[in-house]
Amino acid sequence: MRIYADNAATTKMSRAAVEAMLPYLEEYYGNPSSLYSEGQKAKEALEEAREKITRCINANAKEIIFTSGGSEADNQAILTAAALGKKKGKTHIISDTIEHHAVLHTLKKLEKEGFTVTYLPAHENGIVRVEDLVNAITGDTCLVTVMYANNEIGTIQPIKEIGAVCREKGILFHTDAVQAVGHIPVDVEDANIDMLSASAHKFHGPKGVGFLYARRGIRLETLIEGGAQERGHRAGTENVPGIVAAAAALEEAAGSLGEVSERVQVLRDRLIEGLKKIPHSALNGDPQKRVPSNVNFCFEGVEGEALLLLLDDKGIMASSGSACTSGSLDPSHVLLAIGRVHDVAHGSLRLSLGDDATEEEVDYIIKSVEEVVTYLRGFSPVWRDLVNGKSKFIL
Amino acid sequence: MALYSEKVMDHFRNPRNVGVIEDADGVGEVGNAKCGDIMKMYLKIEDDKIEDVKFETFGCGSAIASSSMATELIKGKPVSEAMELTNKAVAEALDGLPDYKMHCSVLAEEAIKNALDDYYSRHPEKKKEQ
Repeated sequence: MRIYADNAATTKMSRAAVEAMLPYLEEYYGNPSSLYSEGQKAKEALEEAREKITRCINANAKEIIFTSGGSEADNQAILTAAALGKKKGKTHIISDTIEHHAVLHTLKKLEKEGFTVTYLPAHENGIVRVEDLVNAITGDTCLVTVMYANNEIGTIQPIKEIGAVCREKGILFHTDAVQAVGHIPVDVEDANIDMLSASAHKFHGPKGVGFLYARRGIRLETLIEGGAQERGHRAGTENVPGIVAAAAALEEAAGSLGEVSERVQVLRDRLIEGLKKIPHSALNGDPQKRVPSNVNFCFEGVEGEALLLLLDDKGIMASSGSACTSGSLDPSHVLLAIGRVHDVAHGSLRLSLGDDATEEEVDYIIKSVEEVVTYLRGFSPVWRDLVNGKSKFIL
Repeated sequence: MALYSEKVMDHFRNPRNVGVIEDADGVGEVGNAKCGDIMKMYLKIEDDKIEDVKFETFGCGSAIASSSMATELIKGKPVSEAMELTNKAVAEALDGLPDYKMHCSVLAEEAIKNALDDYYSRHPEKKKEQ
């Protein structure tokens, strides 16, 4: 049995998405900028895909720019707001400590260029507080960028409240909605979102495709110079098959949203309850305000990579925020930001369930994680010291 | 290509010499939980020979495999030979480690040297003989 529980990393393409893209690989492969009918057919498909996407997030067609993915969209949104701010002499940005690196590293770049950034705390439950935002706003603030849902711990931010504050103050509001679009309802009008980033491979579309929603009237900065594609905001021949598939995937995901999330949420809670029974473990992030598929735990006395390798042997595919899996010396910045100390953050496990997850699979995961944690603790000097009272349990 | 060699996976899945020696002649511990790796080595030494060796490790797959391999390389060997163990020898015996995991083999070498230092500090007369 192989169980894919890493849907926050990427998802399997849906049948609808694969089938939607095939004609644009083999038949209508023409360049959408060409005049002949094969090219025009591709152009029509591109615009149809744009329409479909707007319907899923309540936007207008002219407000969608296709990109290579979520990271590009994040970069473009933030650099756009920074450029607009600079023109008005405003160089203050507000974000938070648990953003994706696509946002954090772009902000770091801006800080080197003279911008100042306030990072709102995510608190113990992994959720930013609107009062912290209100207190952080100055007359100099040109952008608020807060993610819709966190990629590691799945926590959902108070986007609608943040949007309302930003609209009232006349500050641009961007949200990295890579983990939200196709998983929870997203309405850019209702939430007063000015810019939003999304990535197709997180909602059963293909990799290498994403989009940036930018409210009408926002003059986008161009990251890639060249032809006049995407109304001059993103040069390069459009990835027509990928875009068509992305739209098909999102249409399907948005169509079955309520039903799927209700079902998956029950399984998520079953998984959380099961893993909680493992001694000295703790759930990361708010137990309720999280995306329906996300479970993230810390287990004291074990290291995440070893945990993942042994789970892989048992057929379970998951991920961890340990330093060993991040390729750096520090464990996940998200876990550290919500107050998990290094020792415990190394022993983290993220399980992100698929739409087709079953109760049987969840029970198998619980049993397997328990076995692997117990096994690794069996020869962990950290665990021995905890059990012998030489050091104190944190969890 | 897989992340680790088959040898690493074998020593990770079936680590040799796991455990504790209660009346060890030398104990060494290196690393810290903050960095995500701790290795502890226990040595039983008789007639200047490593009679027995056990380890405990908190760490990633290559840290566990490196500890396991290091114990195999010194078990039954004269103390003088164990003293010569290098991290390179550990990594080579595992058919290599990814570059960013080489520090795991360094920890294994250090853990053993640490345990031997402990042994010598308990038996200063042995140190002079060397």
